[in-house]
Amino acid sequence: MTPSRSATLARAATLRARFEDAGGQVVETPVLQPAGTLLDLYGEDIRARAYVTSDALRGEQMLRPDFTVPVVQMHMEHGADPARYTYAGEVFRRQEQDPDRANEYIQVGYELFDRSGSAAADAEVFALIAETLKGLPLHAATGDIGILMAAVQGLNTSDARKSALMRHLWHPRRFRALLERFSGRASPPPSRQALLAQDDPLHGHAPLIGKRRLSDVEARIDVLRADAMAPPITTQELTALEALLKVRETLPHALERLRDVAVDLPQISPALDRLAARIKALSARGIDTDALDFEASYGRTSMEYYDGFVFGFYAQARPDLPPIATGGRYDALTRRLGKGAEIPAVGGVLRPDLMLLLEEGRS
Amino acid sequence: MTLKLGIPSKGRLMDKTFQWFSGRGITLKRSGSDREYAGAVDGIDGVSLVLLSAGEIPRELAAGRIHLGVTGTDLIHEKLPLWQQQVQQVAALGFGQADLILAVPQFWVDVDTLDDLDAAAAAFRARHGHRLRIATKYHRLVRDFLRHAGVADYALVDSQGATEGTVLNETAEMVADITSTGETLRANHLKLLSDGLILQSQATLWRSRVAEYSKAEAIALDQMLARITG
Repeated sequence: MTPSRSATLARAATLRARFEDAGGQVVETPVLQPAGTLLDLYGEDIRARAYVTSDALRGEQMLRPDFTVPVVQMHMEHGADPARYTYAGEVFRRQEQDPDRANEYIQVGYELFDRSGSAAADAEVFALIAETLKGLPLHAATGDIGILMAAVQGLNTSDARKSALMRHLWHPRRFRALLERFSGRASPPPSRQALLAQDDPLHGHAPLIGKRRLSDVEARIDVLRADAMAPPITTQELTALEALLKVRETLPHALERLRDVAVDLPQISPALDRLAARIKALSARGIDTDALDFEASYGRTSMEYYDGFVFGFYAQARPDLPPIATGGRYDALTRRLGKGAEIPAVGGVLRPDLMLLLEEGRS
Repeated sequence: MTLKLGIPSKGRLMDKTFQWFSGRGITLKRSGSDREYAGAVDGIDGVSLVLLSAGEIPRELAAGRIHLGVTGTDLIHEKLPLWQQQVQQVAALGFGQADLILAVPQFWVDVDTLDDLDAAAAAFRARHGHRLRIATKYHRLVRDFLRHAGVADYALVDSQGATEGTVLNETAEMVADITSTGETLRANHLKLLSDGLILQSQATLWRSRVAEYSKAEAIALDQMLARITG
């Protein structure tokens, strides 16, 4: 049975008080958020996930799909760091595919802004959430987007190809297709080959209409010509990248595997040192890292703003439920929202309603 | 009560639907004057005609206020995210064929595939400071299609008519629209993306899965189905 709203709110208050004890300063954010910022961050996809409304004065507004963005904005405007924040309140998610998923639910969160960007901060947030969920039949998954980012940025290929891969880190299908092409495993589409075979593909072109100008088309043709000349990504690098993406083990073993991969992708070594430091910091907080799972691909499909450590807690016996808690490091988000400023940040949120649901099922 | 059959209330779609049913011995007609939205059914018992805008028929089927209805596949898929659970396709009527497609200016010789579009959109955003705009009225279908294909850096802008003109007017850089012959596209100097076919649509007779059927209505439905499929 779905827990009542009052029971959920009571639990949310307890959880927030607990995060307050851990040092979190309580913050409130408006329910209505300016749509521009969120659209800029997430693109058109956010419209499928968030409710959009509007008025003639303020234009498009969104019903808060999460707290992270407004909390980051608030901190960057007038917060002093290090800072810890906690909050509890409704978030709204448009549901078009699954009528059983809630379109409005309570989230309780804890965010830590800390300039050292240390493994200790990662461990503090993870351990706090894990401790809060103690006793529930959950399985924790962890990952680290930073390792994959480092691998891509260090590839021995053109900057254009690297930035294309970086753009699609969160779209595994397109990432895969790009890799196939850049490594020469897949040939370019026939239309591309035909275009590049012409000396002057724009000769006798159709009327110039629209805001994408002739110079835009010419510039892209130049990019395509340069790309056709670029040597393929080597089999060695490609195989290593594939091995990296497949790593799925308990933490210490995963680190060993990744150290093997780093023989061919030395660019990931600093990120692996950070992973090693995180394992140590988690152990120091009492987390059994020998039993904690790590997946190199974890967080690639739905956690677009995370760019380092990522984690989620899932109900083992209820695969139909969304994660009970999720979180991670989002330094890049603070850079995007900070207008030049940035501050390393890590946080996590949990769902009191789902916690109650699982407790009820157990008793 | 009678079995309610929803039909588009005007234009070629209505005329063709009337023809299709009359070919199966069922005569549908508007009663009274041309301006009156009431209708009559001959040749089968227990069926009444409801004249509606084609765009409202998906909603009426999903609400169970009509038992059967004729409308395009495009409108069913756009307006009913869970259409498989809400309606059942009874018969494709063989007219009203149209494809929902992505089209770009012909002089974009560098853009032929979704892969090209994605790269062009990224470069466009970096240079012009906003996302590449796609004019359409099929927001959900287009967004789902592009998300599945992994295309980013675009924005949908709403266009309820004369969509092909938005590029010339610089309110959008490209369009996602319904076309049957492609003539309007060509006349507006647009071309199709080779892998940009989002949906093939045609006029279709649907049955509501959620409507309630009394005994008499269930009998009328069986007779109707026998007549149509037999």
